[in-house]
Amino acid sequence: MRVLVLADHDAGLLAPATARIVQGATALGAIDLLVVGDDIAAIAQSAAALAGVAKVLTGKGSLAADGLAARLAALAGDYDYVVASAGSVGKDVMPRLAALLDVMPVTDIVTILGPTRFERPIYAGNAVQTVTDNQPRHILTLRASAFRPAATGNTADIEALDSDIASLVTLLANHRTLSDTPDLATAQIVVGGGVALGSAENFQLIEKLAKRLGAAVGATRAAVDAGYAPNDWQIGQTGKIIAPDLYIAIGISGALQHLAGIQGAKKIVAINTDAEAPLVKLADVALIGDLFETIPQLIAELDKRGVTH
Amino acid sequence: MKILVAIKRVVDHNVRIRVRPDGTGVETTGVRLSMNPFCKHAVEAAVQLAEAGQGAASPTEIVIVSVGPKAATDVILTALAMGAHRGILIETDADLETLAIAKLLAKVVDEEQADLVLLGKQAVDDDSNHVGQMLAALTNRPQATFASEISIVGPALEVTREIDSGRQTLSLPLPAIVTADLRLNTPRNAALPMVMKARAKPLAVRPVAEFGVDLSPRLVIEKINPPAERAAGRTLGSVADLAAFIADDIAQMEAL
Repeated sequence: MRVLVLADHDAGLLAPATARIVQGATALGAIDLLVVGDDIAAIAQSAAALAGVAKVLTGKGSLAADGLAARLAALAGDYDYVVASAGSVGKDVMPRLAALLDVMPVTDIVTILGPTRFERPIYAGNAVQTVTDNQPRHILTLRASAFRPAATGNTADIEALDSDIASLVTLLANHRTLSDTPDLATAQIVVGGGVALGSAENFQLIEKLAKRLGAAVGATRAAVDAGYAPNDWQIGQTGKIIAPDLYIAIGISGALQHLAGIQGAKKIVAINTDAEAPLVKLADVALIGDLFETIPQLIAELDKRGVTH
Repeated sequence: MKILVAIKRVVDHNVRIRVRPDGTGVETTGVRLSMNPFCKHAVEAAVQLAEAGQGAASPTEIVIVSVGPKAATDVILTALAMGAHRGILIETDADLETLAIAKLLAKVVDEEQADLVLLGKQAVDDDSNHVGQMLAALTNRPQATFASEISIVGPALEVTREIDSGRQTLSLPLPAIVTADLRLNTPRNAALPMVMKARAKPLAVRPVAEFGVDLSPRLVIEKINPPAERAAGRTLGSVADLAAFIADDIAQMEAL
């Protein structure tokens, strides 16, 4: 079986999600990894190093869905599977590709049970669907957080595709969130904050604890709506889905749509004043108390113990 | 300008869903159903664009379309009460796949020749996030998904989208397809007079067979199960205990 995987990249670097998609897709067959963009030589090098990749294909042009879907459709004839991460690019382009090819896609896969059997969550993770896809070609997106990253050290060939990708869409501006914390969707530790923080300034307390733990920063929809945190920090049904080893939820009561984004977390810690909050009930361990007192105390305790990550 | 808004009736997002014990699906009988929240943002965006265009040479017309059982007329009425002008229900009791829905909607786009099609970015029942993108492919139009701002600038559309690294602003020529994210706007609650007025607006109920689309499913849904349950947790007595728990957990991670 032949598999074409679409690589994600950001700010000149291969996205951490891609190593996980490659690892997941090795269960399906030999992988060619497509990197599309304008300054992608270094990204292609990182892509070629991933174990399981037979060949890296590079294409010039924008990631806008109309052009990218047309490009993928032209390549798809050589493959049994076309796979992408269920991130903002994969969600944008893969259903468009599927419709061009008259294929029903299977998206947000969390488990590959076999070559044509997959599990995907529905109803914000409150139910899990087992799907069999007997179509001749399979268009899939995988949730990066549900798979381990592929090893590196490979030296796959890199082959440039000749034609550029054309699009009717013009990119006017990127408004990037500048942060030196790890990628939220694939981080090993995540510290999340809710509206209880009360302001963007207070939200820096979450960032301070996250930095202390080498963790990514997350936020609830309500905290993002209130302007305490940028949109790309949102965890939940409609934000990022996380599956860290440790999730520390601070001042988060646990709305259904937030819980949808954290069900893959191995351990959950809750800090909240309300002992009856749904997230406190769900957590492996909970500390009942005022976050403005407990977080500085926790940072001091971690310092005392010399905890590093 | 004509705006087509496609909407879906789903289990209300505030209902705690129950998975049927026989694995056949989620219980929907006796459960409150309402307009998918993302679809409400799409309807609101259409109404706001129409309001902004008031006084233009030709007023904006907003057409609502939904695919579903007869009872789905209630969500179309909600959209009409919010300010849309007329509705179309493509009537079917079948639970159609997203590709079939997109094919039906493509027929309506073709009939209506809408300049802009707005949809919610995903429905909160199957969480697919497919239909807008598929419709854009089938109608060969540019798309902007996950929109948090929409404005009409001359003959083009400017859309700000929410993406993994933050936000980006695109310019698209019309006609185009846009899917709405939650921060696009705050949907209005229609006042009673608007609800009464909505009942007088045209609402065509058309059988799905009329569209001549192959609706047969491509995927086999084997079963639907509840997610694995988490083990019961405990409450810690002090910040020191919490620090010890975190230190221990990190030590285990590093050991792997």
